[in-house]
Amino acid sequence: MNLVSQTAKSMSMPNSSVSWKSGEPDPFPAGLRVLVVDDDPTCLMILEKMLLNCLYEVTKCNRAEMALSLLRENKNGYDIVISDVHMPDMDGFKLLEHIGLEMDLPVIMMSADDGKSVVMKGVTHGACDYLIKPVRIEALKNIWQHVVRKRKHEWKDIEQSGSIEDGEQQQKQTDDADFSSSANEGSWRKRRKDEEDQVEDRDDTSALKKPRVVWSVELHQQFVAAVNQLGIDKAVPKKILELMNVPGLTRENVASHLQKYRLYLRRLSGVSQHQSGLNNSFGGPPDATFGSVSSFNGLDLQALAATGQIPAQSLATLQAAALGRSTTKSGISVPLMDQRNLFSFEGPKLRFGEGSQQPQQSNNNNKQINLLHGIPTTMEPKQLANLHQSAQQSFRGMNMQVNNAHGNQSSSLLVQMSQPPQSRPQILNDTNVNHLSRLPSSLPQPTLSGGMPSSAALARNGMVDNARGAVYNSVSQASSMVDFSITQNTDLPGNSFPLANNPSAITSKGVLREEVNSEMKGSRGFAPSYDIFSDLHQHKSQDWELQNVGLAFNASQHSNMQGCLDVQPSVLVHQGFSSNQNSLQNRNTSVGKVMFSAGEESGHGNAHNIDQQLNTFVADNSLIKAESLPEASCQNMLFPEQFTQEDLMSILLKQQEGLGQVANEFGFDGYPLDDLPV
Amino acid sequence: MDRNQLQRQVAYMRKSLFDQGYLDEQFIQLEDLQDDANPNFVEEIVSLFYSDSARLIRNIDQGLENNPPDFDRLDDYMHQYKGSCSSIGAKKVKSECTQFREYCRAGNAEGCMRTFQQVKQEHTTLRRKLETYFQMARQAYT
Repeated sequence: MNLVSQTAKSMSMPNSSVSWKSGEPDPFPAGLRVLVVDDDPTCLMILEKMLLNCLYEVTKCNRAEMALSLLRENKNGYDIVISDVHMPDMDGFKLLEHIGLEMDLPVIMMSADDGKSVVMKGVTHGACDYLIKPVRIEALKNIWQHVVRKRKHEWKDIEQSGSIEDGEQQQKQTDDADFSSSANEGSWRKRRKDEEDQVEDRDDTSALKKPRVVWSVELHQQFVAAVNQLGIDKAVPKKILELMNVPGLTRENVASHLQKYRLYLRRLSGVSQHQSGLNNSFGGPPDATFGSVSSFNGLDLQALAATGQIPAQSLATLQAAALGRSTTKSGISVPLMDQRNLFSFEGPKLRFGEGSQQPQQSNNNNKQINLLHGIPTTMEPKQLANLHQSAQQSFRGMNMQVNNAHGNQSSSLLVQMSQPPQSRPQILNDTNVNHLSRLPSSLPQPTLSGGMPSSAALARNGMVDNARGAVYNSVSQASSMVDFSITQNTDLPGNSFPLANNPSAITSKGVLREEVNSEMKGSRGFAPSYDIFSDLHQHKSQDWELQNVGLAFNASQHSNMQGCLDVQPSVLVHQGFSSNQNSLQNRNTSVGKVMFSAGEESGHGNAHNIDQQLNTFVADNSLIKAESLPEASCQNMLFPEQFTQEDLMSILLKQQEGLGQVANEFGFDGYPLDDLPV
Repeated sequence: MDRNQLQRQVAYMRKSLFDQGYLDEQFIQLEDLQDDANPNFVEEIVSLFYSDSARLIRNIDQGLENNPPDFDRLDDYMHQYKGSCSSIGAKKVKSECTQFREYCRAGNAEGCMRTFQQVKQEHTTLRRKLETYFQMARQAYT
């Protein structure tokens, strides 16, 4: 090979990349703003050239401190940072940590050091990628994906606008959407910045206009040291402040930084989670009610959750997100991201649809998708949709139980329904969490108050409320949940199972009825509703078996527990997990406690907890929860109107008449009820 | 000399740099980056490498004078130097660097010194070879 051929080669390379780009309707990723940090001028120059050849906009910088100040000066000036690990003035990981804390940009680490521990360190510090030097241009051509991923993470509404079932098309669409998002990005960032500023303003006022604190590397290290000394769960601003002993620093400064730090830790814990939100983006039907939802989803949930600047409506969303995150801890990442989108009060139908779809999508279980998907689209009144949701929730809960207790069901129906959990229990767990977290919003105040004082027989409580006709759906929800939690405690089983079963059965009836009404308007809803129904009954039988199964539960179930616990506070089921606390894993316990307090709107978080990281989440959860409860109860007021005593009675009656009749009534001949081990 | 012949000679030189293990594919990456915007990109990078690495080599030399040497620091310097070497595709130098770092970790001062002599030697050899190569390439293609 001679130089000529080399030159030709070198010419063809950028050209080809140009033509590749010109094939795209959008110039993205051309113009991606990359900040490269490396103390080695040779590397820096090569990287710059490579990045330029990728048509990125490159800023290079040979010192970490300088990079940090560049980033601070212009928080919106860069899309991604590539940083060397070994730098004399500041360790690349420290830079990474700061960027994670302050601007939350995707950071790619690079080093000639390919030792596993170093790479791992990069990952645990939140690097989105780790490139081994010498860096090849092939690797750099791809880095825009991290930007997309990160943005996707934050720009949920864009995903929703791309509502196509087919995964590939969807991917494509969302990518396109993202390109456009890069155009909007400025405003988005601004919005987010505004939020932050608002918070800081608020902090300022509460601190009587104290000068804004710049968290220098040293200050942050002091802070981290203090937090570590206290333990992340016990680290409260006041104590941290005392330990840091920095003149001029206020409790508010520390509190705000602590919040950021916790979010940062949380992000780290969800390193893998960015991901598949992309592929799985839901085929939520583009519905009118959706617009508002998406606007909430667009916000950076983490940031918002921390700042408390969230409009009441989006709290549910946050709740879901927070929950999702806590579950992420337990190793489930895929659907969690999606879940964030699900919850907000505006569009129950869609949420529902998505909620049900997600797990299945990730499971590639098309059958299920269709089934559940149908429900939301046929729903008209919001209340109905809500009902369905709770029905769905109970269904989920049951599924979980089924799955956990015994993966194999004899009934074909049930098998069908429990497919996702079987193949991937964790996903279902997520869903469960999801739905459960949604529950509080559909709970009427009466149920709440009624449930709280009642003592040991939780399930019975559910029953009672049911009879009252307040909102039986949610009640049954509760009861099923109770069932669930109790089944995990070997000591409590006999008590609650039979009781719980009844309400759930009743509920299923109620759901069915309601669905039928709504179905008159739609086309697709029948099968799903039926399935829910049958599943509820399935559940019934399973409960008994669960008793036998006893404590043979695995980790996946624990994550489910979290979900259950979340719901319970607002439903009347506190007893359930207070007893759980003794027998369940620490993680569950802590969640339970916090949720409990959240339910009572005390929201004082996690004081005596064990699992540190979980604690963080929990703390956040409880905060959000506490805030969102009032909102939830407001919405619930609609419920009682929907269901009269007669409804309940007739439902009860019908239940007595037997399942088969109900099925016939609705024309669900396709499903042999006889198979159900009721 | 005939221009074609010169070009053949340049090509041969280049090939032997790879064949003899002086360079690796990273050098080709640099060549690929060379375009109209930076027609002398490879040469510029190589000279940047040599001017910058002089500092590191000096640092390592000084570090080796200490007795006992600060191996951590030496390793750190060598890491940087090795990173630069690898980014221009200086294969032989790089492998000497790896050897050096192993001695560093083993705390073998004598091995470090011996290897570092080789590092410097390879460093110089490559420089000479590349300088010749670039010079001939310029003649052959301009």
